[in-house]
Amino acid sequence: MQQSIQTRKFFSVTALSLTGLFAAITVSVLFFILGYILFHGIRALNFGFFIHLPTPVGEPGGGMANAIVGTVKLLFLASLLGVPIGFFAGVYLAEFGHNRFGFWVRYATDLLNGVPSIVMGIFAYTLIVLPTRQFSTLAGGVALGIMMIPIAVRSTEEFLRLVPRSVREAAFALGIHEWKTIFFVVIPAAYRGLLTGILLDLARVAGETAPLLFTAFNNRVWSRGWMEPTASLPVMIFTYAIAPYEDWHAQAWAGALVLMMLVLVVNGGARLLLPRRRIAV
Amino acid sequence: MMGMMDKRITRATAPGVRQRSAAKDEDPPAVALMAQGLNAWFGALHAVKNVTVQIYRNQVTAVIGPSGCGKSTFIRCLNRMHEVVPGARAEGKIWLDGWDIYGQDVDPVEVRRRIGMVFQKANPFPTMAIYDNVAAGLRLNGIKKRSVLDDAVEESLRRAALWEEVRDKLQDPGTSLSGGQQQRLCIARALAVKPEVLLMDEPCSALDPIATGKIEELIYQLKERYTVVIVTHNMQQAARASDYTGFLLMGELVEFGATGTIFTNPSDSRTEAYITGRFG
Amino acid sequence: MSRSSSPSFNWGDRFFRRVCFGFALTVVAIVIGLAGSLVWNSRLAIKQFGWSFLWGQTWDPVAPLFGALPFIYGTLVTSAVALCIAVPLGIGTAVFLAELAPPRVSEIVSFLVELLAAIPSVIYGLLGIFVVVPWVRTVASPGISAVLGWMPIFRGTPYGVGLFAAGLILAAMIVPFITTVSREVLLIVPRSQREAALALGATHWETVWNAILPYARSGIIGSIFLALARALGETMAVTMVVGNRPEIHASLFEPGYTMAAVLANEFTEATYDLYLHALIEIGLVLFCVTFIVNGLARLLLLRIGHSVEVNA
Repeated sequence: MQQSIQTRKFFSVTALSLTGLFAAITVSVLFFILGYILFHGIRALNFGFFIHLPTPVGEPGGGMANAIVGTVKLLFLASLLGVPIGFFAGVYLAEFGHNRFGFWVRYATDLLNGVPSIVMGIFAYTLIVLPTRQFSTLAGGVALGIMMIPIAVRSTEEFLRLVPRSVREAAFALGIHEWKTIFFVVIPAAYRGLLTGILLDLARVAGETAPLLFTAFNNRVWSRGWMEPTASLPVMIFTYAIAPYEDWHAQAWAGALVLMMLVLVVNGGARLLLPRRRIAV
Repeated sequence: MMGMMDKRITRATAPGVRQRSAAKDEDPPAVALMAQGLNAWFGALHAVKNVTVQIYRNQVTAVIGPSGCGKSTFIRCLNRMHEVVPGARAEGKIWLDGWDIYGQDVDPVEVRRRIGMVFQKANPFPTMAIYDNVAAGLRLNGIKKRSVLDDAVEESLRRAALWEEVRDKLQDPGTSLSGGQQQRLCIARALAVKPEVLLMDEPCSALDPIATGKIEELIYQLKERYTVVIVTHNMQQAARASDYTGFLLMGELVEFGATGTIFTNPSDSRTEAYITGRFG
Repeated sequence: MSRSSSPSFNWGDRFFRRVCFGFALTVVAIVIGLAGSLVWNSRLAIKQFGWSFLWGQTWDPVAPLFGALPFIYGTLVTSAVALCIAVPLGIGTAVFLAELAPPRVSEIVSFLVELLAAIPSVIYGLLGIFVVVPWVRTVASPGISAVLGWMPIFRGTPYGVGLFAAGLILAAMIVPFITTVSREVLLIVPRSQREAALALGATHWETVWNAILPYARSGIIGSIFLALARALGETMAVTMVVGNRPEIHASLFEPGYTMAAVLANEFTEATYDLYLHALIEIGLVLFCVTFIVNGLARLLLLRIGHSVEVNA
């Protein structure tokens, strides 16, 4: 027997309301996370967090200054490795890569993108930690740098492709060489998107913990140079979170707040700079 | 036969026309560009078939024909832009002042400096100011001196009849101008590198009649210094603005001659059919 | 002379092309190096255990005896739990955003959902430890056991930590992937499909269920595979709540272990070569599994001409 129109309509309204409920649940998860971190983080955050080293257990005060500096050093190394490779590979794909080789480069990029971050850590471990027999900022930087590559490639290619052909043709018709056209006309035309892509890339990699666990490892004091193990914000948060000490938990919240702010500011800023664009998530 | 004459647009009847001297009674002008046996392909599609034609110096030559006849392809071969498209290829000889631009060791980039181009849709560089747009060709070819650039920019903008309108806002973005102004900006940009020949691929098709009129006026002034080749699907425009006209049909050059002759007394029946609007 | 896209005579052009090509080649080389290094650095374990590594139930560094089944089990189960929760939630949200929400709301909410994906996993883990685990221990676990405890998977002492808690957190982490991609896919379903169903007298929901969702099916399934790949490789949040016990139990409320988690915890403790190689072999398994799942995802998404950039 066919259901009556009423039943079907009722069912339709119910089902659709359910989707609204689901959407509300999803969004509330975000707000819950944000709110919780804000609440607990602010309580523990103070100026000392940014300038003090970690203190031994039980001693009040202390901060994550070395972790913040460590993260900055790691991101610096990572960009040194990841940005040039990712950028120029992206240029290749956008300008010259409409061929068989380009297909394989894209495939490799996608592959790299899908590798779990901890496996990247293993790779950096075998590459740097094993031969040098020590944990180091360098190893951590390499791990993060390789992680930056696929996103940089995709983002660069996509934004360069968005520059219309007519711009390139105009430059060619003026008798400008190809490399100058790409470098001085096309890339500047896309600079906003390119920059945002790199920033988002950095923000993502800044929050990665797993690849650092056995490359940069950790450090309770300042790490000198590039070949010593270093603390980093995410690893510190992790270490403190799983420890049994209350004051360490508080520090973990503070660290989480700082990290969260960084991520949100960059992502929010990127969305403002480039509305209506699909940002690599 | 006489009945068909009524429908033809003659120079005398087109609005706002200036009387040009009929070239046929004087010595033929010097040849700026000569295509010899030009063939062009898009992959397997043979778009331009064995075209041989002479373009005269300091004259305006129009290339007309129905859509898809190869006129854009033809003109793009003249400055070796055709081969930029992947899969496209061109063969033949094109002489510019005794120099075959399709020769063995010729760098296409060189060719494009001597033969400039303006496109159907104005394409100023999006991130550059008006000044920078005009100066782009010069800068990227190594000319950096500010004073030299200033002079070149002003001269080019004057020659493109745009100077008075933008002299106070040279630092505004190129894209802030109206469609017609942007097209004149592109003309100025092309003129800045001092080409000998200026190719125009349907430059007015995206513009309103007033802007179109301004550009046609400009073309008349430009031919004093430059050789102009203009592709147009608008026959009236060809009749108004050009001295010589070539009619292309399915990649072949059916007829070429003084504009007046082509439009009043074409020799080929196909030309006549096109001009009288029997097909478009 | 035939001229077609002729290489430039300019040394600048040639140099620039070569440089770009070189960097592109580097990417390929890195991938090959990664795979090769994983295989090479797990060779001792591969040689010693062969395929039985994959179904060995004992992970005992002291013996030494290494079998990866507990981790594979844990990884699969936590991912399955995560999918069970995230798929309806994610698709439902996507349907809401694509069909019901006014465009402005849809844009804003999509942005918020994308933000969820940007949150680092250690932060999810932090909330896992201090919010989810206590909740599971005190509310969810006893509650579900009371009602459904007759099923083996819902029995067990309420530790809090365990496969269920990990699955819950993973669900929160992968919902954004399903939602963002599904929403995009739903938005490009042509109006004609919708109108055809409505013209037949279908209710709004019936239109969605019978005309729109099936059309977008490959894309949605593709998004699920992407989410799955992410869940399989997720390390930090899982490590912090899964209990870290290399045992196989029927119940979801028992502590467990995943491949990524054991790597995080034991890598620095591998004091001898075979141990290290066994761990790296787990990394190799993880690599292969995510490779396959991502490959399937891409296949499905490519078929609808949709190129997706999502971080796993």
